[in-house]
Amino acid sequence: MVRVDGRGTDSLVKVRGLDKKYQRGSEEIDVLQGLNLDVDAGDFVAFMGPSGSGKTTLLNLLGGLDVPSRGSITVAGDEITNMSASRLTTWRARHVGFVFQMYNLIPVMTAFQNVELPLLLTRLSSAERRKHVETALTVVGLADRMHHYPRQLSGGQEQRVGIARAIVADPTFLLCDEPTGDLDRKSADEILDLLTRLSREYHKTVLMVTHDPLAAQRADTTLHMDKGVLMEGTKNPQMAGRVAQ
Amino acid sequence: MKYFPILLANLSRKKIRTILTLGSFVIALLLFGVLAAVRTAFSQGADIASVDRLVVRNKTSIIQPLPLAYRDRMLRIQGVQEVTYLNWFGGVYQDERNFFPQMAVDVPTYRKVITDLAVTDAEWKAFEDDRQGAIVGESIAKRFNWKIGDHIPIKGVIFQGPWEFNLRGIAKGSGNAGEILPFLFHEEYLEERRTFGKGTVGWYVVKIANPTDSTRISKQIDEEFSNSPFETKSDSEKEFAASWGKQLGNIKLIIMTIGAVVFLTLLLVTGNTMATAIRERIRELAVFKAIGYSDKFVLWLVLAEGLTIAVLGGIVGLGLALALLPGMSRALAGMLPPLAIHSSDIALGVFFTFLAGLFAAVLPAMSAMRLRVVDALRRV
Repeated sequence: MVRVDGRGTDSLVKVRGLDKKYQRGSEEIDVLQGLNLDVDAGDFVAFMGPSGSGKTTLLNLLGGLDVPSRGSITVAGDEITNMSASRLTTWRARHVGFVFQMYNLIPVMTAFQNVELPLLLTRLSSAERRKHVETALTVVGLADRMHHYPRQLSGGQEQRVGIARAIVADPTFLLCDEPTGDLDRKSADEILDLLTRLSREYHKTVLMVTHDPLAAQRADTTLHMDKGVLMEGTKNPQMAGRVAQ
Repeated sequence: MKYFPILLANLSRKKIRTILTLGSFVIALLLFGVLAAVRTAFSQGADIASVDRLVVRNKTSIIQPLPLAYRDRMLRIQGVQEVTYLNWFGGVYQDERNFFPQMAVDVPTYRKVITDLAVTDAEWKAFEDDRQGAIVGESIAKRFNWKIGDHIPIKGVIFQGPWEFNLRGIAKGSGNAGEILPFLFHEEYLEERRTFGKGTVGWYVVKIANPTDSTRISKQIDEEFSNSPFETKSDSEKEFAASWGKQLGNIKLIIMTIGAVVFLTLLLVTGNTMATAIRERIRELAVFKAIGYSDKFVLWLVLAEGLTIAVLGGIVGLGLALALLPGMSRALAGMLPPLAIHSSDIALGVFFTFLAGLFAAVLPAMSAMRLRVVDALRRV
């Protein structure tokens, strides 16, 4: 269940009173204001809103890439807002899978090597890493492209490699920033099918920022943001998610 | 080791750029290797000089002569065992390109003073018995493919005219002495045919009984001839050998200056290349950090790239220098001892490249380490 009233108790992701301010010259800009959020394990949540509403900032804070001005974020019992930078790095490696709009694959590495990157930080043996990478690439349907370089793949395939990289270390949740923003409709649908499948079949918690209403409809719940405030939740009727106001 | 493919992938990203950067290290270290070998060659004469010999030359300049009559006066000084003398001949074999040092020596006394001349007694006897006889170091003999018994015509430049010699001995030398040994022939033969400067010598070599007396004897010799038209300057053989190198200026300073300029240029070029390479990869480095790689890892990754290029280029450059030196030695035979790089210079070269790689990469590495992921991912 997804809540924005700050009353959730046993949720996987728990955000309380989150503020984020930026300084632009002498001006202070409130990007997020007193934001509360609860997301349960296995939820697929889409965040929609106009540019500058704070969606990506929220995603960055949830992923431990940025620190809030005030408030707390707790993920699976760990309050990440109190962590040092080095602990946060370790936490990120263990708990977060990032999917970027521009895929952000390393162009000089094959699909296999790109997907293997998060596993190099673990104590897995070479054989174990290979098995995990092959599994992840099979899940995204690219087992036959593992030795291809990003330049040899289509945009949709590159994004699928990006998703394989995000899931290969079995993170607690996936943070997807406009994952279909750079793709044509067909490829976008394939990526959304994949994310839905990860949520349904593999019970992955997926938090996705998008401008695309069709993409948002694939999520269990769509939350709208405006001027740094999380407005309301919309339960997508054909999906199995739950929303509480 | 598991991170090696990341390093390799990054180095192969822009192959031309990597090869050119590597090439700049190769050239720099090749130059360093050759210059170090030349510096060693210049100091080699001093290194192998004997401690029980003094060289007495004209105080004004080595090219000014000294009277032959000085020999007997020096022999009277306490502690002097023997005195021999030499004259610079300055001729060419066939044409000017075939320059090598030739010296007229006083045969009866030469071997008593230069005791480390490595020719057989039979060769020396043959040399003694032939007024037109000559002895040559083996590198010069090899250069011109001379064999004992060969008739060798030399064109006199200082002492004009054609001169004929018979090769009677090839000095092998101990250590490198044979290699730098010039072409020696009879002073008598020169004296007989010279049209000027009769009764003069180029310089004297004095054998002393006790090396600890060298300072006293040097002083005494110079005092003996002070206020004369031919004042002397006496040095130990080591100082004299070193002064030959100084005829061409301070070789060490020149080489060090060239080396410093090369390394500084290398540092600037490589530093700029590394900085450009890192700027192009800002997003990728941000992705590394986003997926859990630490700031320190990113720092070491960039440093490792710089160091790999530098050390690899350095090793290849020094290897090339080592490979080229024998050929250069052959081409310079007779003018310089065999060119070789000391192991200490090799270590110094590798250390310098390591340092250059480190300095070139450290600023880009620091900026990569400090990179904020959210800012970098926002960049297009």
